[in-house]
Amino acid sequence: MSTPGSPRGVGSQEGKQRGTPQGGHRNTMARALLAAGLIALLVAPALAPPFWITLLNYIGLYSIVALGLVLLTGVAGQTSFGQAAFVGIGAYTTAFLSINYPAISPWLNLIVGVGLTVLIALFLGFITLRMKGHYLPLATIAWGISLFYVFGNLEFLGGHTGLTGIAVLNLFGLPLRNERYFFYLIWAIALGSLWMTQNLLDSRPGRAIRALKGGLEMAEAFGVDAVRLKIVVFVYAAVLACVSGWLYAHLQRFINPTPFGIGQGIEYLFMAVVGGAGSVWGAVVGATLITLLKQVLQDALPHLLGREGNFEVAVFGVLMILLLQRTRDGVWPWLARLLPSAVPASLPEAPALARRERAPQDAPLLIVDRARKQFGGLVAVNDLSFDLRAGQILGLIGPNGAGKSTMFNLISGALPLTRGSIRFAGAPIGELQPFDIARRGIGRTFQHVRLVPTMSVLDNVALGAYLRGRAGVLRASLRLDRTEESGVRAEAAAQVARVGLSGSLHAAAGSLALGQQRIVEIARALAADPMLLLLDEPAAGLRYREKQELAALLHNLKQEGMTILLVEHDMDFVMGLTDRLVVMDFGEKLAEGLPAQIQQNPIVLEAYLGAV
Amino acid sequence: MDLSIALLLVQDGITNGAIYALLALALVLVFTVTRVIFVPAGEFVTYGTLTLAALQLNKPPGTVGLLLGLAAVAGAMEVYATARDRAWHRLPGRLAVYVAVPAAIAALVWAVAPAGLALPLQIVCTVAIVTALGPLLYRVAYQPLAEASVLVLLIVSVAAHLTMIGLGLWFFGAEGSRTPPFTGESFHIGDMSFSGQSLLVLLFSLMVIGALWLFFDRTLYGKALRATALNRTGARLVGISPNLAGSLTFMLAAMLGAFSGVLIGPITTVYYDSGFLISLKGFVGAIIGGLSSYPLAALGSLLVGLLESFSSFWASAFKEVIVFTLIIPVLLWRSLTTHHHEEDE
Repeated sequence: MSTPGSPRGVGSQEGKQRGTPQGGHRNTMARALLAAGLIALLVAPALAPPFWITLLNYIGLYSIVALGLVLLTGVAGQTSFGQAAFVGIGAYTTAFLSINYPAISPWLNLIVGVGLTVLIALFLGFITLRMKGHYLPLATIAWGISLFYVFGNLEFLGGHTGLTGIAVLNLFGLPLRNERYFFYLIWAIALGSLWMTQNLLDSRPGRAIRALKGGLEMAEAFGVDAVRLKIVVFVYAAVLACVSGWLYAHLQRFINPTPFGIGQGIEYLFMAVVGGAGSVWGAVVGATLITLLKQVLQDALPHLLGREGNFEVAVFGVLMILLLQRTRDGVWPWLARLLPSAVPASLPEAPALARRERAPQDAPLLIVDRARKQFGGLVAVNDLSFDLRAGQILGLIGPNGAGKSTMFNLISGALPLTRGSIRFAGAPIGELQPFDIARRGIGRTFQHVRLVPTMSVLDNVALGAYLRGRAGVLRASLRLDRTEESGVRAEAAAQVARVGLSGSLHAAAGSLALGQQRIVEIARALAADPMLLLLDEPAAGLRYREKQELAALLHNLKQEGMTILLVEHDMDFVMGLTDRLVVMDFGEKLAEGLPAQIQQNPIVLEAYLGAV
Repeated sequence: MDLSIALLLVQDGITNGAIYALLALALVLVFTVTRVIFVPAGEFVTYGTLTLAALQLNKPPGTVGLLLGLAAVAGAMEVYATARDRAWHRLPGRLAVYVAVPAAIAALVWAVAPAGLALPLQIVCTVAIVTALGPLLYRVAYQPLAEASVLVLLIVSVAAHLTMIGLGLWFFGAEGSRTPPFTGESFHIGDMSFSGQSLLVLLFSLMVIGALWLFFDRTLYGKALRATALNRTGARLVGISPNLAGSLTFMLAAMLGAFSGVLIGPITTVYYDSGFLISLKGFVGAIIGGLSSYPLAALGSLLVGLLESFSSFWASAFKEVIVFTLIIPVLLWRSLTTHHHEEDE
């Protein structure tokens, strides 16, 4: 665990200035652009005609909702059609309360609306996000449609005509009657949400959220409670939508169900995807693009066609298809290439993270006792027993299909045991979920590399230290996590240096060669400060040189006192490296002993080479 | 409510449910083979009804123009693709599929429409036009993005759905249409009466489902589609072209949509934008089946039909709310009985 509040040393000052002069220049450029944009927003209400103010207000409101979708859909990979309905909850709550209980401040109504939204989102998230498959989009379609009809059919919510006479919002005693005043509030909240979401993405929970898209197994191996995190992200997006709805109600001061239907819910999703759902700026770009496009089409088409009607949707649809066929990641990545790219800040010095208490050398660390795994009638692991002492490297070898990977998955918690027991550091772990097993001090790698390819090596490795930090979504989005975060990043950088990849610290993980990616996986596992390292065929697919480097790395780790369980089928690779070998075939233990003994064992030779 | 009203509601529910079942099958089929969530399914239904309605007025339907337009775009895309790959020998075959066949159907319907066809022939023409739209839609909108994420495919689906709604308004106008019933007969067993129309719908749906079963169980193309649904990469490795599988799937789905449109026409007034709600009810049925089981999806759709007809009797204003919130308890039940979640894609 980190030690927040401890002195950061004088080194941090120097650390901040270590960036290259050129990089500093590019960062200055980016900041100058941002400042220019902010100034343009500040003076816009004074200069722009009312029509443009209205349009900009809507773009701001839409951006807030689309931001939530960037996080939920673009980053976490969960699609929701129901955001417009959450906007409706925010709008209708404050409308109803401010009309019927005018004494209550609209700001309190916002809290009520957010509370209601959180409850609904928790419920919808709970019933859909625990399951595999595309249930969230379907449940949110149903939710979006139902709520629309509920709004339209309830007398006390004004039915399809809606509610009028919503209170004027007061900000520090100043009534926001004018659209120009409201403009500042909308954009302050929009930019605030953008800042918070950007912060969140660049933090401990943010790394975990970005890891979700690549499958839950990887995130859970580092202690992320993936289902809980998905639900939290869904709630976050719903709350942003609710805030937008609250603003909308007090801007318009009348509402009806139309803007909260499924059609608008789909449009929010359009905004996020078209803008570029991978980046927070994509939300603003998408909201701007779609709002302007619809405006232009609405104005231009009736002139072109000479007919009135809802024809712009057809042209709009065709344009969307064409756009996605041209650039399926949305417009922002394409725009971002024209802008100066930010250079990664150098790492400030930070207090070292606390380390786990280790088991004494040679004490039995992992004890597998008659472990059994059956898939229907197939016995993949048949009452296998072995143990591993602290500080040793044990190789689990065997021909293809021997059940090695199944055994590996039983230890890492990816598969439940059929029978038998597995004890780690004195406690049974056979019944635990992967994230609990990670918490006990077991780090792992994957047979097929599981990195987040778009994230930097540093961030990928820092994900490994997930359990050594505590910052949650709220702390991270308000940037209150920086002391802890610099500790985590320093630790990650130290692990990258330990495996000899410092040169690629800021490179995208997906850009490295396979051998290096496997090494990054080891660094990520090390960042969790494990007592036991589980390596699943780390040498598979590596070239000779890469294998040699990997062997040297593992040898060094052993020298430092790390305990390693190595699953491999490459005999040569394990021979020089391991202290002991367990040989499996057809789910059973064929032999166990020192590498030299195993090499001579006739039964093993037969299993590997056929008849001797 | 007495027994005769209840029976009437059950009959209505089953009739509608049978139509939703066809859509649910189309949705499950398209999703499993191509990973596309087939949002425009509903537009194929409305195009079916409205095309038939236009033919009954002895007018060539607007969908003929759409068919020609899409065929022209698809043809141009094929010419471009073959030119890029220098695979000119493939061009005639592809042009035949994407241009000649649709153009022939369009020309034929255009020529015979004013003559005033008999109802069965009108239905044949309707199904032919709408079915031909399916593979063209796949070729033009989806095939260039076949490898994209489910999300991008979903957004394309929504865009296609919007486009088809806009075009529907253009072709058919804002007025709704209702086609005359296939039969005015009704049958009596004791006190209970059954409308011939309902029985026909049910019978026809069962026939279509049976034919689909035969297709998937007995023909090579059907087996190829099943293989693709199980494992896309594996199917490609044994020589099943993903483009062929996609086009074929969309053809079947469009056909199911056209049939639904023809069947629903006499039951309810269909507007250019009615399709979305109809197909969503098919969706709810498909979700009850977990988006993977055909029989469960069909049963789920029957349940949706029944629920809809009873709730329109008791609480007509909240009919849609009741139908769509049905999936909440279904999902809750599934969620509580599923213990282990796995990877999404």
